[in-house]
Amino acid sequence: MPSDHSSSSAVTGSSTGPVAFAQPNPAAQAVRFAGLDITFQLQTGGVHRAVSGIDLSVARHEFVAIVGPTGCGKSTLLNAAAGLLKPSAGSVEILGAPLVGLNGKAGYLFQADALMPWKTAIDNVAVALEPQGVKRADALERARVWLGRVGLKSFTDRYPHMLSGGQRKRVALAQMLIRDPQILLMDEPFGPLDAQTRQIMGNLLLSLWSASDGGDRKAVLFVTHDLEEAIALADRVIVMSAGPAAKIVGDFRVELPRPRDIAEIRTEPAFHQIHKAIWASLRVEVQKTYEMSEEARS
Amino acid sequence: MKRSILLALQVLVGLAFLVLWHLLTTIPVIDGKPLLPPFFFSTPLDVLARTAKDFAGTEIWRHLGITLLETVLAFAIGALGGIVVGFAFARRALLAAVFDPYVKAANALPRVVLAPIFALWFGLGIWSKVALGFTLVFFIVFFNVYQGIKEVSPTVLANARMLGMNERQLLRHVYWPAALTWMFSSLHTSVGFALVGAVVGEYLGSAGGLGYKIHEAESVFDVTGVFSGMLILAIFVIVIDTVVTMIENRLLVWRPDTAAKTV
Repeated sequence: MPSDHSSSSAVTGSSTGPVAFAQPNPAAQAVRFAGLDITFQLQTGGVHRAVSGIDLSVARHEFVAIVGPTGCGKSTLLNAAAGLLKPSAGSVEILGAPLVGLNGKAGYLFQADALMPWKTAIDNVAVALEPQGVKRADALERARVWLGRVGLKSFTDRYPHMLSGGQRKRVALAQMLIRDPQILLMDEPFGPLDAQTRQIMGNLLLSLWSASDGGDRKAVLFVTHDLEEAIALADRVIVMSAGPAAKIVGDFRVELPRPRDIAEIRTEPAFHQIHKAIWASLRVEVQKTYEMSEEARS
Repeated sequence: MKRSILLALQVLVGLAFLVLWHLLTTIPVIDGKPLLPPFFFSTPLDVLARTAKDFAGTEIWRHLGITLLETVLAFAIGALGGIVVGFAFARRALLAAVFDPYVKAANALPRVVLAPIFALWFGLGIWSKVALGFTLVFFIVFFNVYQGIKEVSPTVLANARMLGMNERQLLRHVYWPAALTWMFSSLHTSVGFALVGAVVGEYLGSAGGLGYKIHEAESVFDVTGVFSGMLILAIFVIVIDTVVTMIENRLLVWRPDTAAKTV
């Protein structure tokens, strides 16, 4: 644990979101899990140990993807970083300070539709600035700019049900990014989309992420079950073991040049080498999960 | 089916009913008397003539005004109470748990038995009818608001919290619109019940309103007057329902249509 932050107590301020932090240490990791253990109390009386003994650091400006078999607790990890779940043991540090309550420094992109269905696209984006105390007229103006950036300039007044799945994700992306969070948490955000749309969304995400200079790039924790997507997007790919009590079994650096094009990068030899190395580790875990589900069936 | 054909069929059913009624009450069958004596069943032409006469006069508008006022007041006060209590119960689990059996018991009670009590407490004026309508509207709105807040999508809620919303902002941007949706889905029912409360209350004891008018006609065996009162009541209900539908369509524009239509 770094000891160079003087005060670790969370200060609550109504205008800055649920939790404001002590002065962040610029050298500290964006997200740091230490000995993280998350156990759920089941309705039936038993317990389910989702993840255990997780040590993981995400540097500032780093894009980290987490892959693993279904049900291995990838999302659980993300929810712990968001403050939506309280760890059973171990610690979560955000920018050098222990996480208390919700993570006010992070934006979260959910897998399921999370837009407010009763608000138009522009209202959904603008409302994200209200907790920061931005005036509505300013918020609407900035929301319009953001909707333009995600390619929805002419869809500002549509309600979510009038948009396609990909368009709704674009709105959610703008809603998350307009707050300018330092950390982005993404839970299989493009999972429900078709293959082409996923590539387009991946490229959009990368271009928005690297639009500003390296100094302003956000730390990303990106959960996916798609290894190719993980390699194409990330600087580092973390492989988790099969659940329950999932652990980290692999940590691979992706040394591919940026800027990348998600569709084209898959044809490069370097991509295949990395893919081969990670798949060797992931395949074992996928196989385990498969065998377990077969056992449960018989 | 095409709209025009549907409309034609709808009119046909109404006409068939009226013609049958007319024939049964006017064509002599036995001893020069019709099968259904007009004294007990009136005739459609008499009822229509009476209704037209009523609408031409001034008195019916006073009765309609009274019933409308009672309906609107019962709905407004009942909906307000239902919203406030629904919110309180949905956000405070202890409150809901403690009051649960009492709410169920109160809702199970047939409201008509309360009418004489309300007449005793609030007099024979409009307030005893408003009270009766309130007891009906309150529970419908209350249950819907409660359910609406309970069933807010966990993802939408988690997302709003991650955006940094505090309790007040959550209330405004998430809980309130969710509750409204459910409330509006029951708007037709609750407005209908507000009207039932008003008319039943008037029927049981009052000096004005549609319920009073029907009761007055009944007490002198004026069957034509009773049917005419019912007809006016039906027209009144259709008008109110149309207004409610218009309000609903305006406020719930964001809701997806059940089926996509092509031009």
